Amino acid sequence: MPEGTLCNKQPVNTKEQLQALLADKSGKQYYEEMNDLDVDRKALWGTIQKSLKSRTKTWLDICSHCGLCAESCFYYLANKRDPKQVPSYKIQKTLGELIARKGDVDNAFMQQCMDWAYSKCTCCTRCGVYCPFGIDTGIMFSYLRGLLYGQGFVPWEMKIGSGMHRIFRAQMDITTEDWVDTCEWMAEEYEEDWPGLEIPVDKESADIIYTVNAREPKHYPEDIAEAAILFHVAGENWTVPSEGWEETSLAMFAGDWEAAKLQVESVYDAMARLKPERMVVTECGHAYRATVIEGPYWAGLKSGKTPIESLHYVEWVAEALRTGKLKIDPTKKIKEPVTYQDSCNYIRNGGLADVAREIMSYMADDFREMTPNREHNFCCGGGGGLNGIGRYREQRNIGMKVKRDQVLATGAKLVIAPCHNCWDAIRDMEEIYKIGIRWSFLKPLLINMLEVPEHLKPKEE
Amino acid sequence: MYEFLTGPMVWISFGIFIIGLIVRGVRYVRGLDWKLDRVTYGENISYGVRGAIRSILFWIFPYGTRSWRKNPWFTLWVFVMHFGLLITPIFLLGHNILLKEKWGISLWALPEAVADTMTVIVIVSVVFLILRRIALPEVRIITNWYDYLLLLIAVSPFLTGFLAYHRAPDYYFWLMAHIISGHILLIAVPLTKLSHFLLFFMTRAQLGMDYGIKRGGMKGKGMAW
Repeated sequence: MPEGTLCNKQPVNTKEQLQALLADKSGKQYYEEMNDLDVDRKALWGTIQKSLKSRTKTWLDICSHCGLCAESCFYYLANKRDPKQVPSYKIQKTLGELIARKGDVDNAFMQQCMDWAYSKCTCCTRCGVYCPFGIDTGIMFSYLRGLLYGQGFVPWEMKIGSGMHRIFRAQMDITTEDWVDTCEWMAEEYEEDWPGLEIPVDKESADIIYTVNAREPKHYPEDIAEAAILFHVAGENWTVPSEGWEETSLAMFAGDWEAAKLQVESVYDAMARLKPERMVVTECGHAYRATVIEGPYWAGLKSGKTPIESLHYVEWVAEALRTGKLKIDPTKKIKEPVTYQDSCNYIRNGGLADVAREIMSYMADDFREMTPNREHNFCCGGGGGLNGIGRYREQRNIGMKVKRDQVLATGAKLVIAPCHNCWDAIRDMEEIYKIGIRWSFLKPLLINMLEVPEHLKPKEE
Repeated sequence: MYEFLTGPMVWISFGIFIIGLIVRGVRYVRGLDWKLDRVTYGENISYGVRGAIRSILFWIFPYGTRSWRKNPWFTLWVFVMHFGLLITPIFLLGHNILLKEKWGISLWALPEAVADTMTVIVIVSVVFLILRRIALPEVRIITNWYDYLLLLIAVSPFLTGFLAYHRAPDYYFWLMAHIISGHILLIAVPLTKLSHFLLFFMTRAQLGMDYGIKRGGMKGKGMAW
């Protein structure tokens, strides 16, 4: 059987395909079919020849095998310094061998590549920072994921995720109607406590267009309400688009570059339609990376920038605190020790380390840095889509030990994690290792410590 | 034989060395693809240049980066070896006398004792790197015969030169071995991983541009290498 009914080389473009995949509990049938999936060697080699350019080729060619990347990798550290977790080894045994064999590989090799590309690398790109030649193994694993996707070797959840983007322009099955309804519902729900609270949909020429992670309307709608409250208190002229509101990209994690392009273009279209001044992205790392950092390239924008200026949520918060749009009641600052999880995607790969510290200076009396931190911080353990993949749960949980020990060393019991992936990973880490910590996004903490102007407070009865 | 190796062969080796490196460099740059690499090399040039220069400068100095500082012994021996490899042959008195004889030009020459010490240091550092490859599991697993061959190619001219200079038995043999291994080294640079002679600067500049243009270079103070 060259192609399975669920596991095949075809992208998921219809709701029927998606339903069939979702009905296959934990991807049982999907992974069984994968064992029989043929490798189209000619197509694979053709893709490599077209897409393997001098940057990646040179990285693979000149690696001196010095091993400095070993200690940069949290998997290597978490797995008791297993030499098989050295980034150079991992990439040479997968992508390196795939190229050396000119794509002449079998099913077992492709499955090993998939397992390694997802369960031994979260594409955190830390190794690139420790390599004298600047060899970025995370980027190469991301490239490998694209090759694997083209051949149908992709984890079940990622196949579903990229299909969701293709069909719903969101990582989850949320229609435009669902989204708009959720915004209206949240505005109504919180209006009593915050008179005049609005979530304006499709308002033209606003100062800010706000975009989110689909998990918010799906699982944490109060996050949208909290964003609304903070914009409301800050007096911002803002809006959300009815379409093009989703920032995340499971398609990026899946290596489905076509879907990744479709997804970011929906956001850029909303910018063109509503003509806002700037975009603010919710507290999510990979979403920012996908839509703001990498997206312009997928969409072929020669400037390498989003059509309008785009800010991560932490940039907006820092600006609002700096300019006094948001004021913090000094008596309500966080008194207990608190630490901050630097997300790989907007700190190492987005340059926002100082912005995060600026926010902490307003919010916390006893801010404790993790070691290492900022651009050198370790992945939470759940990046690169790993949080969502059942097949690699065990490997992920082992990888989390590095973050667990980093957090414990700070002595803080509260971890601020303005990134959905980090937030999830830290939640799961507490569930598994029970170290007695709490975790939070910025929004709920900020709302609790705000100085609210009199006219925005609810009228006493 | 000696006449050929110190005459026409010098032209051949240097020809391969220089032309080979030029070809390597040109091919690298031509193979960059702004869309696939996702770095706008041609736009945002000032950020790109700044990122590239920072990326090279931090790494070209010993202990300039966190990675160098985390590995103090490795860093020491690697820098000492590269310094010796590059400087000793150029400023060696013997080479300059030869140069004077052949072409009538010569450079400033190192005192012989200094050059001799540097040669020993190069040999010792190569021994250190070989032992490190054997001793550390994380390095051993990625090491293959090719890595040892490159170390051998790099150290051979120093080892043979040292023996010839100190008049080891069979002087002529060691002298010829020195000259031949020197040619091999020159030719190997563009044709092997030793091409990092040039490509180090290329890949460092590339990742520097990536960080300088796209990955936060326009927002933060620049990557904290």
